[in-house]
Amino acid sequence: MKHSSTWQSLALAGVLSFSGSAWAGTLEDVQARGELVCGIDGGLPGFSAPDNSGKMQGVDADVCYGIAAAVLGDRNRVKFIPLTAKERFTALSSGEVDVLSRNTTHTLTRDSSLGLNFTYYNFIDGAGFMIRKAMGVNSAKGLGGARLCIQAGTTTEQAVGDFFRANSLQPFTPKPFDTSVQTREGYEAGSCDILSSDKSQLAAIRSELADPGAHVILPETISKEPLGPVVRQGDDVWFNTVKWVLFSMMNAEELGVTSSNIASHRNSTNPAIARLVGKEGGLCKLISTALDDTCFYDVISQVGNYGESYEANVGENTPIGLRREGSVNDLWSRGGLIYAPPLR
Amino acid sequence: MLEENKVNKAGGRPIPLHRDPKVRGIAFQIVAVLFFVWALWTIGSNTVTNMEERGIVLGLSWLEKLAPFQVGFSPFLANELGQNSYWRIFFIGVQNTIYVSFFGVIAATLLGFVIGVMRLSPNWLVAKIASAYVEIFRNIPLLLWFFFWYFIVFLPVLPGMRESISFADAIFINKSGLYLPRPVMESSGAATIFLLICAAAIAGVVYLARWAKKQQDQTGRQLPVLPISLAILIIVPVAGFYVSGSPYSLEYAQLGTFQLSGGINLTTEFFVVWFALTTYTAAFIGENVRGGILAVSHGQTEAARSLGLHHGQNIKLVIIPQAMRVIIPPTISQYLNLTKNSTLAIAIAYEEIASIWMGISLNTTGQALIIIAMTVGVFWTLSFLTSALLNWYNKRVQLTER
Repeated sequence: MKHSSTWQSLALAGVLSFSGSAWAGTLEDVQARGELVCGIDGGLPGFSAPDNSGKMQGVDADVCYGIAAAVLGDRNRVKFIPLTAKERFTALSSGEVDVLSRNTTHTLTRDSSLGLNFTYYNFIDGAGFMIRKAMGVNSAKGLGGARLCIQAGTTTEQAVGDFFRANSLQPFTPKPFDTSVQTREGYEAGSCDILSSDKSQLAAIRSELADPGAHVILPETISKEPLGPVVRQGDDVWFNTVKWVLFSMMNAEELGVTSSNIASHRNSTNPAIARLVGKEGGLCKLISTALDDTCFYDVISQVGNYGESYEANVGENTPIGLRREGSVNDLWSRGGLIYAPPLR
Repeated sequence: MLEENKVNKAGGRPIPLHRDPKVRGIAFQIVAVLFFVWALWTIGSNTVTNMEERGIVLGLSWLEKLAPFQVGFSPFLANELGQNSYWRIFFIGVQNTIYVSFFGVIAATLLGFVIGVMRLSPNWLVAKIASAYVEIFRNIPLLLWFFFWYFIVFLPVLPGMRESISFADAIFINKSGLYLPRPVMESSGAATIFLLICAAAIAGVVYLARWAKKQQDQTGRQLPVLPISLAILIIVPVAGFYVSGSPYSLEYAQLGTFQLSGGINLTTEFFVVWFALTTYTAAFIGENVRGGILAVSHGQTEAARSLGLHHGQNIKLVIIPQAMRVIIPPTISQYLNLTKNSTLAIAIAYEEIASIWMGISLNTTGQALIIIAMTVGVFWTLSFLTSALLNWYNKRVQLTER
């Protein structure tokens, strides 16, 4: 008996070390599993955070819902995996998540050395500073020698470093915390004078402080932080799927198609709308034959267009309160930077 | 007679090779080693192949590049924004880990000894206080202690910069930590003379201690070595400082816009990490000390009394040397735990290796495999050196056993 168990364990170990090396396409994997695994922050209001009923909400979460709607026909077939800034890329490249939708900045280093592909941007951001009003500072140029709370593992450390060097300011003292909650608590308890992060996050963090009115976000935007979903390199079908889910939400807004009126557009004679709802063109099948012709219809009817997602999660009438009009996140036709290639 | 060993008792025939326990033992060990090597090789080659497939660049050249972010706390190594290579960031992280672990180990040992001895005190109140200490500290997770001391106790209690607690306008305490004056060298020649005088004072004390021990061995007379040594160690350097022409001046911390500048700053983060690690680990070391002392049989104390040793001599010369043999092995584990636990410091912004290396550097470079491997290497080396050093000390203590 003793010997047979030795041989059994040897055989088992052998099988284990050989399995798990087969790599089908992510799209097929997701459909076979019947569930999309999506990497998110999970603790960042407006981007991805659970609401009162425990349901994940936010513009990043909406990208996940959109992909699930397009690929599986049901927005609720998503499993959310909360990831810290440090864990996110390893989780994606190891296959733990199918797509990373976690306010992740697109940079050259990440694009070229991590084996990842950045699809497009669902939020265009920039780093900034928040400070107590009582400090009487009204420009980022006056921050020389300050103590800065930063979340470790983000692009903010580098953005702040570049800003201080470019403006020859007196060196600052960084206080790198592990999570955005600890960063906020460190700032509130007086571990630092300034909290630096992407401006959208600053607005979210400020809304959670004990007295938001006592803190001010400085006007300067010190870096470009285009945030968007990321996929593994080498799976072009999946790359195109994620990219065009995002583009379809932007195109729908341009065409005036919303989650509430899309049903009435089912038989539209406008060719652009007919292609969006899947009546003409067979565009979804061009991405992959595994997709239904109505893949974009499912996205818009179940999740909504880009503008709906923005206003519901980070817009003026939310606690985050980021005014869209006149910002870079408005449609190109209204002077913003949100511009999607045409659906044709 | 020799033949008999190789012969089966019943049949008298030689044992077939596959039934020989010795041969079988060796064969199984060879198989096990081959399997282990094969498993390692498979993991390694799988990793490299998968990384290549996904276009992840594997190499070491990035370590020479300059890191674009700022590190705030570096007590010894040079540190300037935009001038640090990733190598230097790595070493700053290692330095900060060692720095807080070193002081943590020393303080936890001292506090642990006090707690362990207190718990055995015949005084009811003293013993109960020590018991309560042990139960409170070791039954709450360390991460909670970090949050408690940092966010709830020290940060809210310490004053802001403009309300700093000041001692003679030289030492300041505020939310950013403790500020001490920094000695600045005025003349290198005079400084050399001063350092030589200090070295001579230390050598003199060492010689004095040896000479006193020899005197005691020969004549039985004891000399007051400790007061004399202290006097030498204070008077000689002070006199030498003025004789050599005051080679150092002091730079005091100054008010800045946001925080004090200049001087030596021991940050609140450093202090809290040190404090939390010390108080937590001391509870465990205290139990080791208690166990060690209880392991020495009471007959030893009675024997010491009958030889005429008083209570202090009994503790110092009889109980502790024997208890040390029991105390040291589990305490080595506590030292290693303390060092490894210091990585939790990332939660309260102390910039040790898990924070600036495994956190920030990993994020800016994306070199997960190499960075994690180097971090593992650091902790393995630190743990190995600590246990090697203490095992050596343990052996020396063991030699006194008869």
